Amino acid sequence: MEHQAARGELVVEHVSKWFRTREAAVHALDDVSLNVRAGEFVCLVGPSGCGKTTLLDVMAGLTTPDSGQVLADGELVMGPGRHRLVMFQEAALFPWLDVRGNVLFGLKLVAELTRRQRLDTARDYLRLVGLERFARANVHQLSGGMKQRAALARALAPDPHVLLMDEPFSALDALTREQLYGDIQRIWAARRQTILLVTHNVREAACLGDRVILMSHHPGRIREEFPITLARPRNINSLELASYALEITTALKSYVSEVVE
Amino acid sequence: MTEITRMRRGVVASLFFVALLAAWQAMVISGRWSPVLLPEPASVAAYLWGAAADGSLFEAMSVTLRRLFVGYAIGVAIGLPLGLLSSTWYFVEDTIGVLALGLQTLPSVCWIPLALLWFGQSEGAMLFVVIMGTVWSVVIATDAGARTIPPVYSRAARTMGSEGFHKWTRVILPASLPFLISGMKQGWAFAWRSLMAAEIYVTILTGFGLGHLLHYGRELHAMDQVLGIMLVIVVIGLLADKALFAPWERFLHRRWGTGLKPG
Repeated sequence: MEHQAARGELVVEHVSKWFRTREAAVHALDDVSLNVRAGEFVCLVGPSGCGKTTLLDVMAGLTTPDSGQVLADGELVMGPGRHRLVMFQEAALFPWLDVRGNVLFGLKLVAELTRRQRLDTARDYLRLVGLERFARANVHQLSGGMKQRAALARALAPDPHVLLMDEPFSALDALTREQLYGDIQRIWAARRQTILLVTHNVREAACLGDRVILMSHHPGRIREEFPITLARPRNINSLELASYALEITTALKSYVSEVVE
Repeated sequence: MTEITRMRRGVVASLFFVALLAAWQAMVISGRWSPVLLPEPASVAAYLWGAAADGSLFEAMSVTLRRLFVGYAIGVAIGLPLGLLSSTWYFVEDTIGVLALGLQTLPSVCWIPLALLWFGQSEGAMLFVVIMGTVWSVVIATDAGARTIPPVYSRAARTMGSEGFHKWTRVILPASLPFLISGMKQGWAFAWRSLMAAEIYVTILTGFGLGHLLHYGRELHAMDQVLGIMLVIVVIGLLADKALFAPWERFLHRRWGTGLKPG
């Protein structure tokens, strides 16, 4: 079944990962396999400690699995690479650079660009996230939502094949979050980049994903997946979305009670 | 800060120092202390004026500052990389790190006998003492700083393709800037102290520094000279702080948003 891997395709094959300390060994990921098609928006949901962030780290190449492998664009992932950029829980913006400097950081590592092209690209992405007026602002002057917008611009600017998002909205207030859901959907609709979002917020997952994949913990496993067929753009407060979320939440709760029993 | 507040703060500061001088003058006038032990401000000023006019003051300042800058630069050049290494590499932490911790507690005056035996009464001995006084505190401050960098910076950088030398120079180094600066500042203070100790204890013929002037002031019972040179040492320390470190600290505060006073 050889096939030409499309740009942005992500294949996780039988990945297992243990974290061993002197006191205990945690089975973070147990034989996890997952396919993300090019241009797909997949959300990974699970209780805390289910290994979803570890899985994202493995896909990013920041963590090496004990067994199994990840293929990105059909190639074995051996370490981090700029075709798979990560947006972290905290903005992780560099405080020693201004907003534009942060966006330029990744662009400067793209050797084939000229200085002019880098500056133009940075400006375009800052405009895309609505921060063009804040290009020269310092990071500490931005609000939480603006910081995540800047982080989004930084992650998108080098044109990665896959965008990995690790609970990027969890520290934001509800209103700011809703605004960002709108922005993400708009940007994704325009660019059709592969996105994998890790979250513990079921509604958020149902609002953004083509598919919602559920994980359970001890050990971290993929349990079930829910295709979301709602039309886009989606409103997080809509009733149809709420019924999806209810269904997913019910499934999620059943795994959590399994562990308790 | 408004212009008015700035002026008011300037006036208050000036008043404070004028009051300090006035108190000094008043103590002299009271006659309770011998003028040999407590000269009046004017005679200290007269000494400084004289020493400046015959060039001996500037000669001593240039000798001292040259030693200081060379020793400090070498100390920082050794201390910074060692500190960064010991923050990431157990081997260096367990060896150089422990050594630094131990030697930092050793007052730099204690290096002088060793330096004299090894290098004789030479510039080399001076330099050695200054470097030993600087390097360990820089190592420790840098190490402590680099350890507090949030790991997410390094993770984010790696996903964007920054590894190795690029990561060190563009991420780890700037991320630890606040600690590097406080480390360098501490190193500066230690270098200054060690050099003064060395100059007071060791007479070498290749140059008389401020420490020597201080020493001879004592030998000659010239209290105006002792106080005058002490004043010069304090002023140089203040100016160095303002000229060398203040611009960096302002940059830090602006970028990081730290050190902003409320109101």
